[in-house]
Amino acid sequence: MKKLNRRDFIKLGGGSVVAGTAGFSIPNIALGASKKVVVIGGGAGGTIAAKYLRRADSSLEVTLIEKNDDYHSCFMSNEVIGGDRKIETIRHTYDGLKKHGINVVKSKATGVDVDAKKVMTESGDSFSYDRLVVSPGISIKWGTLEGYDEAASEIMPHAWKAGSQTALLRKQLESMDDGGLVILTPPGNPFRCPPGPYERVCQIAHYLKHSKPKSKILILDAKDKFSKQALFMQGWKARYDGMIEWVPGADTGGGVTSVDSGSMTVSTDFDDYKGDVINVIPPQAAGKIAQVAGLTNDSGWCPVDLGTFESTIHAGIYVIGDASIAKGMPKSAYAANSQAKVCAAAIVASLNDHDMADPSYVNTCYSLIAPDYGISVAAVYRLAEDRSEISQVAGGLTPSDASPDALEREVQYAYSWYDNIIADMFT
Amino acid sequence: MHKTLRVTGLLILTILLHTVAIAGDKSVTMITDTCVACHGDQGNSVGPAIPNLAGMSSNYLIAAMLAYKYDDDEDKLAEAIESEPAFEDVEEFPRYSTIMGRIAKGYTIEEIKMIAEYFSSITPKFPTQNYDADLASAGQELHEIHCEKCHENEGRSAEDDTGILAGQWKPYFLYTMHDFINGDRGMPKKMKKELDEIAETVGDDGIKQLAEYYASISD
Repeated sequence: MKKLNRRDFIKLGGGSVVAGTAGFSIPNIALGASKKVVVIGGGAGGTIAAKYLRRADSSLEVTLIEKNDDYHSCFMSNEVIGGDRKIETIRHTYDGLKKHGINVVKSKATGVDVDAKKVMTESGDSFSYDRLVVSPGISIKWGTLEGYDEAASEIMPHAWKAGSQTALLRKQLESMDDGGLVILTPPGNPFRCPPGPYERVCQIAHYLKHSKPKSKILILDAKDKFSKQALFMQGWKARYDGMIEWVPGADTGGGVTSVDSGSMTVSTDFDDYKGDVINVIPPQAAGKIAQVAGLTNDSGWCPVDLGTFESTIHAGIYVIGDASIAKGMPKSAYAANSQAKVCAAAIVASLNDHDMADPSYVNTCYSLIAPDYGISVAAVYRLAEDRSEISQVAGGLTPSDASPDALEREVQYAYSWYDNIIADMFT
Repeated sequence: MHKTLRVTGLLILTILLHTVAIAGDKSVTMITDTCVACHGDQGNSVGPAIPNLAGMSSNYLIAAMLAYKYDDDEDKLAEAIESEPAFEDVEEFPRYSTIMGRIAKGYTIEEIKMIAEYFSSITPKFPTQNYDADLASAGQELHEIHCEKCHENEGRSAEDDTGILAGQWKPYFLYTMHDFINGDRGMPKKMKKELDEIAETVGDDGIKQLAEYYASISD
């Protein structure tokens, strides 16, 4: 990576006339001015990267560019859809980050000039950087699923980015008559939050069981297996027996291939299904800015060095969280949090020209089956010696014979997990 | 006491060695950064079911992590304790957990020592909790009779590797006491004696009163 940096440096030096007039940062470095890090995206990865960069090196000038005024966490948003939680409780503001000396800019990043090391924004301002962190989360691959575009998502919400979509899906469930059919269409791998669709099924079932008990839920999956599958199925049987039908991809030729929001129908290669509420969880790719900046490969996600999260396409740019190909780790909030901390350490090491410590990563992820029934997966990871994988060295699932008391505790731990990870991000 | 001092010396040496290798204590934070998204900044949890780690004694934390790490293998735990004279005081086995048993297995003993030393060096922040004043006052009486002798200074002390009780989150405290009483978590004989006495004199309410009392203590 040092080599790449030097090459860029030479390249930029070659264009010295341009560089000079643009106020390129070589003179700044010579004068010992503070180094600039720009972070795009104020989610589970970006907030943490910004904060931990400032913590590790308070001389850094850190700018966080976020397009929204506030943040709605996807984690716990399924409880909003199930009705046990108010959407206000998953809304958080960026005020707390400012006290860490982070320059929080409300704007949308529209492009990255990788040669000039500059981020362009919708407001017209541009931000130069010595290192760039890109943490944009996911984008929906509109059009991949025939008939599913932004207009269709107002009728068949995805609710895979929390906020108005979450509220919309909740409202539709509230308006549905008892005896209605709710259809969910989880995508193929990889996608944000692998257990998310199945926790959502639980939360919807929890609501229907109490308010609309004659209703049913149909899951038309693109996959043949899913995260925490045995535990979810055990929970469905224990709490929502007869209400939920899961159809694996193998039975439908790979799940839903087209949707029609006009007739509220989704279709597989074999059949059409009409639903009263349809939650399409569409195919996804890295957040748009990662694509615009040329950080994605053919898969639509961003290849990175797994020990630093530096892009293997553009040196000096780091991609963390859902957008990255963090081989071995799931696309989860805690994974993004953990990656952001590793990435911050890597950036500080690279800017100060010292070696970074061996990276250490964790993921912890809870799913709420019912108000007194939680399950979890946890993992501790190390970087494989050849850097080809983030290898799990310990961890596992809630045991299938966990006691009712343990399952109840897991719910409380999930809530406290939420309190602490949110505080880590925003205070 | 001698033992405790010896541990500390050893740990400082460990950390110094790391300092030389990587210019700073970054390897400590690299590890502890993975803990704090659940356990709160510097181990001061803001989620009431997850315990505060800040200020707990290093040996207390090592004991907890080793018990989690080897929760499926008492022989290996015994082996680990024997391997370090400093671990002689580790006696908390079993130690029930939902998730920590899965996580602790991912850390080496060396790392566990680093984690423990870090959180023990932090000043605990006692969270503001709601409490029932009457129950807390009854709890204070119980504390003074049964607990204060080891959990000194209103349960603020981490001396002699006792757990800090003051300001500990109520739900966490109640889970923990439930585990002690059920035998899911080991405890010293003298503690069991006191808990039995509390159960005899005030029944199940005793634990609740203690929980309210410790919740009432703020810094």
